[in-house]
Amino acid sequence: MTLPAFDLLQPETLGEALKLLEATPAAVPIAGGTCLLLDLRERKRTPGTLLDLSRIEELHRIEVIDDVLVMGAMVTIAELLDNPRVEAHAGVLHEACRTFAAPLVRNRATIGGNLVHASPAADTAPPLLLLDAEIETQAEGRKRLTPLDRFLVGPCETTLRPGHLLTAVRIPIPERPPRWAYEKIRLRKADAISVVSAAALAAPSEDGPPEVRIALGAVAPTPIRAWDAEETLKGRELTAGAIAVAAKVAAEETCPIADVRGSAAYRRREVEILVRHCLSDLMTPSGGGGDGN
Amino acid sequence: METRTVTLDVNGRTHDAAIAPNTTLLEALRALGYTDVKNGCEKGDCGACAVLLNGRAVNSCLVLAWQAEGQEIVTNRGLGTIEHPHPIQEAFADTGAVQCGFCTSGMIIATKAMLNRNPDPTEDEIREGLSGNLCRCTGYGQIVEAVRLAAERLRRSSSSLSSLRGEGTPRKDGHEHAPVERVRVSDDEFGAGDNS
Repeated sequence: MTLPAFDLLQPETLGEALKLLEATPAAVPIAGGTCLLLDLRERKRTPGTLLDLSRIEELHRIEVIDDVLVMGAMVTIAELLDNPRVEAHAGVLHEACRTFAAPLVRNRATIGGNLVHASPAADTAPPLLLLDAEIETQAEGRKRLTPLDRFLVGPCETTLRPGHLLTAVRIPIPERPPRWAYEKIRLRKADAISVVSAAALAAPSEDGPPEVRIALGAVAPTPIRAWDAEETLKGRELTAGAIAVAAKVAAEETCPIADVRGSAAYRRREVEILVRHCLSDLMTPSGGGGDGN
Repeated sequence: METRTVTLDVNGRTHDAAIAPNTTLLEALRALGYTDVKNGCEKGDCGACAVLLNGRAVNSCLVLAWQAEGQEIVTNRGLGTIEHPHPIQEAFADTGAVQCGFCTSGMIIATKAMLNRNPDPTEDEIREGLSGNLCRCTGYGQIVEAVRLAAERLRRSSSSLSSLRGEGTPRKDGHEHAPVERVRVSDDEFGAGDNS
């Protein structure tokens, strides 16, 4: 089926894009188009105007600025995978990108598009939640930073306002690299949407046990941090007992749906198992990622 | 919705064509006569419409034609001809990796992109590399075999070439097809392609 009719604006600079968006706030930005064009084809959305971001050089950059890894909204999943800075400073994000759809899609889909589309199963979101990512948005004359967990508010729903663009995703680079682990359940080995995903990270602290963070995908209206489970681990060593408790609590704080990929009960059960795996990986010297693995 | 003249660089030829903004690159290429680019699912699932865009394999059904302006587009036909097939195309024929043939152009493009980056993939890497390309005939066995054979032949020819050149690494730029003379095609060619 053909795409519905629309006008296509193609700014060359960010400034030009923000001006166009201010003049036409109903214009829908198009990043990689791997989700948006499907929605258009199925007439789920029929915007009169699309704003093509592909020509804006500023949005394609990956930079380290003042100990912050700044990834432009138009950086593709394939570019994240190719980038040594992403691998070094955001290993858990890099790992999730390896499981993202298939190579043909990874070459178009972008980090900004994945977050604005805001699927509960968005693959980049759980790792970015672990890494305390901030979302940079801009409108004509305004720029603001929002923590990712406040940016994502529901299935395909964010706090991004009309007239505003997601311009970058920012991750503070910790002084000492954290250990991390990532697991994703899917119906086949490649090119598959996550049924459940879990990610965990242990940030080393000066004195005492590391700070452990847990994030989950596809088990709630948005990707989430498992705050209650993290709370049970505060100031405690990662023993088998502590891990079992945290995994159970993590499962309890989800509210999964049932769909073609799995029942709600199955998803909740898998959360407990995946969180246990991830936390166990964090305490195994050879397991998990980080530490230059 | 205004149509404008878009310049598309396909297989070394330059086309100026009047194209509406809601035209996908897939639709534009087929209308220009590049019917080796197949229209399968139109949602990025099947890979039959894969082309190289600046050396990266993409689903042309998920790219707007206007977005491809100024970029180098290569289709299966741009890699080689019947008379001078590309080693990947030859390997697909030699291993019987083609049954109905509908997925083959996309498979070959995805293989080209994969081997440019990884000249010696394992079977798992081959299967992951082609995971966005569906074949409903062959069960993939011969396709995996074709990629392995193509990789082997390309490695052999690049090592003999580099020993001639005194180089140690294979070319990775995806540009080894012969440069084609650039020609301008008038607007009226757009839409004149057959629908095979």
